[in-house]
Amino acid sequence: MTSQVSSPTEQTGGAAVGEQRRAAGTKDVRRLDRVVIRFAGDSGDGMQLTGDRFTSETASFGNDLSTLPNFPAEIRAPAGTLPGVSSFQLHFADHDILTPGDRPNVLVAMNPAALKANLGDLPRGAEIIVNTDEFGKRALQKVGYAANPLEDGSLDGYRVHPVPLTTLTVEALKDFELTRKEAERSKNMFALGLLSWMYHRPTEGTEAFLRKKFARRPQIAEANIAAFRAGWNFGETTEDFAVSYEIAPAAKAFPPGTYRNISGNLALAYGLIAASHQADLPLFLGSYPITPASDILHELSRHKNFGVRTFQAEDEIAGIGAALGAAFGGSLAVTTTSGPGIALKSETIGLAVSLELPLLVVDIQRGGPSTGLPTKTEQADLLQAMYGRNGEAPVPVVAPRTPADCFDAALEAARIALTYRTPVMLLSDGYLANGSEPWRIPDLDELPDLRVRFAQGPNHTLDDGTEVFWPYKRDPETLARPWAVPGTPGLEHRIGGIEKQDGSGNISYDPENHDFMVRTRQAKVDGIEVPDVEVDDPSGEARLLVLGWGSTYGPITAAVRRLRTAGEQVAQAHLRHLNPFPRNLGAVLKRYPKVVIPEMNLGQLATLIRAKYLIDAQSLTQVRGLPFKAEQLATALKEAIDA
Amino acid sequence: MPETTTATEGAGTVDALSLVPKAEAKQSMKDFKSDQEVRWCPGCGDYAILAAVQGFMPELGLARENIVFVSGIGCSSRFPYYMNTYGMHSIHGRAPAIATGLATSRRDLSVWVVTGDGDALSIGGNHLIHALRRNVNLKILLFNNRIYGLTKGQYSPTSEIGKITKSTPMGSLDAPFNPVSLALGAEASFVARTIDSDRKHLTEVLRAAARHPGTALIEIYQNCNIFNDGAFDVLKDKQQAEEAVIRLEHGRPIRFGRDGSRGVVRDPLTGDLRVVTVTPENEADVLVHDAHAASPTTAFALSRLADPDTLHHTPIGVFRSVERPVYDTQMADQLDTAIEQKGKGDLAALLAGGDTWTVVG
Repeated sequence: MTSQVSSPTEQTGGAAVGEQRRAAGTKDVRRLDRVVIRFAGDSGDGMQLTGDRFTSETASFGNDLSTLPNFPAEIRAPAGTLPGVSSFQLHFADHDILTPGDRPNVLVAMNPAALKANLGDLPRGAEIIVNTDEFGKRALQKVGYAANPLEDGSLDGYRVHPVPLTTLTVEALKDFELTRKEAERSKNMFALGLLSWMYHRPTEGTEAFLRKKFARRPQIAEANIAAFRAGWNFGETTEDFAVSYEIAPAAKAFPPGTYRNISGNLALAYGLIAASHQADLPLFLGSYPITPASDILHELSRHKNFGVRTFQAEDEIAGIGAALGAAFGGSLAVTTTSGPGIALKSETIGLAVSLELPLLVVDIQRGGPSTGLPTKTEQADLLQAMYGRNGEAPVPVVAPRTPADCFDAALEAARIALTYRTPVMLLSDGYLANGSEPWRIPDLDELPDLRVRFAQGPNHTLDDGTEVFWPYKRDPETLARPWAVPGTPGLEHRIGGIEKQDGSGNISYDPENHDFMVRTRQAKVDGIEVPDVEVDDPSGEARLLVLGWGSTYGPITAAVRRLRTAGEQVAQAHLRHLNPFPRNLGAVLKRYPKVVIPEMNLGQLATLIRAKYLIDAQSLTQVRGLPFKAEQLATALKEAIDA
Repeated sequence: MPETTTATEGAGTVDALSLVPKAEAKQSMKDFKSDQEVRWCPGCGDYAILAAVQGFMPELGLARENIVFVSGIGCSSRFPYYMNTYGMHSIHGRAPAIATGLATSRRDLSVWVVTGDGDALSIGGNHLIHALRRNVNLKILLFNNRIYGLTKGQYSPTSEIGKITKSTPMGSLDAPFNPVSLALGAEASFVARTIDSDRKHLTEVLRAAARHPGTALIEIYQNCNIFNDGAFDVLKDKQQAEEAVIRLEHGRPIRFGRDGSRGVVRDPLTGDLRVVTVTPENEADVLVHDAHAASPTTAFALSRLADPDTLHHTPIGVFRSVERPVYDTQMADQLDTAIEQKGKGDLAALLAGGDTWTVVG
């Protein structure tokens, strides 16, 4: 595979490749169907911002896209070191794509560390744009380069563009009253300008963004814009960049509608606000800051005009405690966290199970155990979500599959919580949280009706004819108990974590009653209505089913497409509901002699599936803090087909 | 002791209960008794506190359905079951957190937390101090019996050093918390102490706390007649109490003992407080209690007067009652301000914000 021509696409068929035409200027313009770019630099170099801006330009141009930010947990790791490298990968195309791409066609390396840390991921022939100003002796030594890789021939297999980015940026900004250090900071915008020229990106959005971001410091805004334009002009004029590339909008990939680019955490926050709107209940978030979930707290805090109350608690336990208190009072209550926070909240989740109050528990999974890999992704909290509590404490579990899907998953989790009066676990992960993709903005009338009815009066008649309110008298269909909020006259009642008498809710230590209540709480969760899982098996002749959940959707689907393009028969199903499983799942699994379950853990869904359905599902696992690569999955699945 | 109203005169004009609907009919103590059988040990101090609270509630005249009691775990935390109001018996130490969510999202409720020395100061210490610093509109009743009751008699974070218990056969090693000192250190705006058996005083303190805007912490010395019987006898025995108990009354000289023969004065050299026998010469120096003092310094010094072992010179009453911004009020104000500035939230506009593009079919 060489760079800058269309490699095997994620969809069958592929688009026209390599068509060349001469632009109005003197330079070649080559048309591509997809490109993967990775921006890499020091954690202080502004690579995430650069990637975000390139993504916005690409989204507004109408390409399909998928992104993968990858950064260290340290805010400013030691400059120029390998652990300090921060990168942002963007895959964009003229057709629908599913992953941020396995191997970048283009690497922008702002220093030797960025080159060294990322070179191994590049295919031969990839383009590398390096900031030569940072390749001094000390910087090279810092990352263990004995010789300068730009000079020793070790990059001969790549197309290297040596660009003195820092010098050019400082030169471009010499008319601004900036110190050298301040001017150097704009080098990421120079790089962005250069890449924007290379790929014909619209630039108005970035200029408007910079003006707004630095509205209070117009001089800085103008300097950044000047650097951005200088980068663009550099591409246009310098001979080293002989070719620029066009990737047509992915018009056919998208159903009609209005689109925006959205990250998983933003989509999730919007989903919560939408759920509050659709339920006609005020939203209450109790939360404690934790990576990679904090963005949801930040986002919701900006929308107080929607009646959203955000409470930054003293700890994880207080975050969920406050949320549960608000749920008792009739709010749509949410707590957001990551794996270590769930561990701390477990006892309160158990209380919510016992109180049978609606509560959304959002877990943006990250690498574990313990502090683990705070900024990296993993799916290893599934069993914690399922079983991480004392006693029999079943909790429904819902998982989004793509960044934009976090919106719908939040609404679905709210539906279950409100309908069945139960805590619900929403399992996103670091990859979905920070990754982004185009999202068709829904019309409000497409959103589900989540309105609930609070209890208003007595629901039970005692033997002596007295009308009373029984807090644990259930709806016979859903097994949900009434939600009677304080302030409702005549329904004063007490609830707690001690076992309750069925119906009356009074404290009960009766053995038969406890057995009944444990089974009833389980039956309530088991009986939750969830849609059947859909199976994608175009030929109907596949013998192998790939089953996934959560954020592996993109890589699995991309791998399945590759296999089908290569003539293989393979079926695919992806779970949104992990508890309860869809009713048809058992029948689906039994249709296929082979079931393979790829997960970013050591086989947690596979364990659940094997236990429940007694099938010999194979586990395909990786825990590298990064999403699967489609190519690697395709290879592993091919081996499973052939085995 | 002279008849007084303790420090009921609030420091400010905002009433904590102004948003809580009033009862339509006159209430009696009976209205606040639930149908549940009370299951504390016979002779437990909790009975007296329950009776005092049930007896006091009608005077607030609040709609019963707008009153909520939230508790943690421990003997005292069974309290909500016995109140005919809304209630939640939650998990160990977390009641202040749960009540914070309820009180901040429902300002039309009068929210009370019932907790014990283990629940509030050991497992739930973090939530307690943060509730106090935030000044959420909560009234926290801390039943302090200086022992773990429900787990059958281990020492608690308020037990005296050297306490012999099942878990400390050679005596406990840790220095105890002084709940009043702790609350003052945590920026509490209302801190009081009272005694389970003194119903009149207990009621006076409840009255002051109920109307206090913000978090009120009331430490109630409570006798556990099974595991720590008589812990507060020195404060209850009429003879001994004369010398042991100092009744704080806002605006009055701090005097106690037979015929007020003893008084609290400030040492001019150290600024510390000490007890003196009042004489015509030093009578003018006796400290006048100011519960509304902006600085908590004197209240803190008062909280340190008692001898932790003998409990001699134990002040009771309202140590501090000052007005400062209330968390839930400010939270609601921010919501109003956001609507003023940006208009009421428009979901369709929010979702369609940012850079968008349209695909035509």
